[in-house]
Amino acid sequence: MTAYDVALELDCRDLPCPMPVIELARHLGDVEVGRLLAVVAHDPAAAVDVPAWCRMKGQDYVGADTAADGAPRHVVRRLS
Amino acid sequence: MTGPVAREGDLDSASSAPLHPAARDVLLAALDRGYADPRRLHRPGREARLLLDNAREATADALGVRPDEVTFTPSGTHAVHLGLLGLVRGSRRGDVVVHSAVEHSAVRHAVAWGARGAEVGVTGEGRVPLGELEQGAIAPEVGVVALQTANHEVGTVQDVGGLDLPDDVPLFTDACASMGRLPLPDGWAAAAGSAHKWGGPAGVGVLLVRKRARWRSPFPADDRVDERSTGFENVPSVLAAAAALQAVVAEREEVNARQHALVDVVRRRVAKEVPDVEVVGDPDRRLPHLVTFSCLYVDGEALVTELDRRGFGIASGSACTASTLTPSHVLEAMGVLTHGNVRLSVQRDTTRADVDAFCDALPGLVAEIRARVGL
Repeated sequence: MTAYDVALELDCRDLPCPMPVIELARHLGDVEVGRLLAVVAHDPAAAVDVPAWCRMKGQDYVGADTAADGAPRHVVRRLS
Repeated sequence: MTGPVAREGDLDSASSAPLHPAARDVLLAALDRGYADPRRLHRPGREARLLLDNAREATADALGVRPDEVTFTPSGTHAVHLGLLGLVRGSRRGDVVVHSAVEHSAVRHAVAWGARGAEVGVTGEGRVPLGELEQGAIAPEVGVVALQTANHEVGTVQDVGGLDLPDDVPLFTDACASMGRLPLPDGWAAAAGSAHKWGGPAGVGVLLVRKRARWRSPFPADDRVDERSTGFENVPSVLAAAAALQAVVAEREEVNARQHALVDVVRRRVAKEVPDVEVVGDPDRRLPHLVTFSCLYVDGEALVTELDRRGFGIASGSACTASTLTPSHVLEAMGVLTHGNVRLSVQRDTTRADVDAFCDALPGLVAEIRARVGL
């Protein structure tokens, strides 16, 4: 179930690694600082790579929940 | 000494090293002298038996163990399966194996097949906290603890000798990544190694079982020379593997220092010259010959392919390069970036010029692959 109120959700369900993280980087600027951005991805690497990306790029990894259809969703807060 | 050297640009010794020059003549001679059945009492049989016994003694000597603790197997993987599951079978406590999250897939598959697993996590550098393994070992029904000597993907050396386990919980150590290169740690009941990783021929694994260990074969028995192994002995290859092992042990002080310095060059240059890169694993307490790093926004398969086109052979733990299409469980357990991953491992004859050529080529390639997706 969706647990977080996100400002923008990126549909990366059918994208292979590393496209979900690339989409995240491309759209970070689309939300205001302090707001949440989510990436929905079936790619099993995303569960590791989204938190790792946050650590490397100084963003906040909020956590994971699931989209309405049950797909894994990774939530990030823009810090800068 | 003449002999095969790694193909130029092959920076993947951790997957397989070319035959050590010291092993080549031994192998060729043993192909002629060691073909017979070492159990037969006739002259050719006795000749093969002599070579097999020589291989066992040389291997024991190189590793600092007793000859009757050495068993040759058809692969390192088989040595892992036999060693680990044999301890499980011999346990009086139960069939739970407490193991780290970064064990080789051979350990994980063995546990999935013939035991029950209890996994212990690792630090960001891939180090296994001994306290957690020790804590896990106390639980009822724990028969065995499994901890690698060093990690095959990121190079971090584990403190195997520092483990303090209950007397009736034996330790299995997968030494495939380090055997020959580093001395064996203390404290294990069974250990496994793989000859093609130290410059012996493929098709030879080494299983070590301590004299007093409770080990029972987990597989059907056979009536061969060594009761722990099955199938016809590969006498020429085990003799060549033993010769390579002796040579590697004899030269390791010099080779390790050189390789450690070369890997330091790669670690330093990659971190400095490639933007958005994560060089992982313990920078100091590590295997001398390998390093792993991950490049943000880079497709691992594209990177391997582009490096190969420029003459560099490297491995990758990224999902898109794996048969399973899942990311490396080692990188996952460490919580480090799994895509755009490269594992570079220098060969015995890799030079500073070789690693500099790699480091010179890498930033441009990474930039080119990133440019394809507009980053």
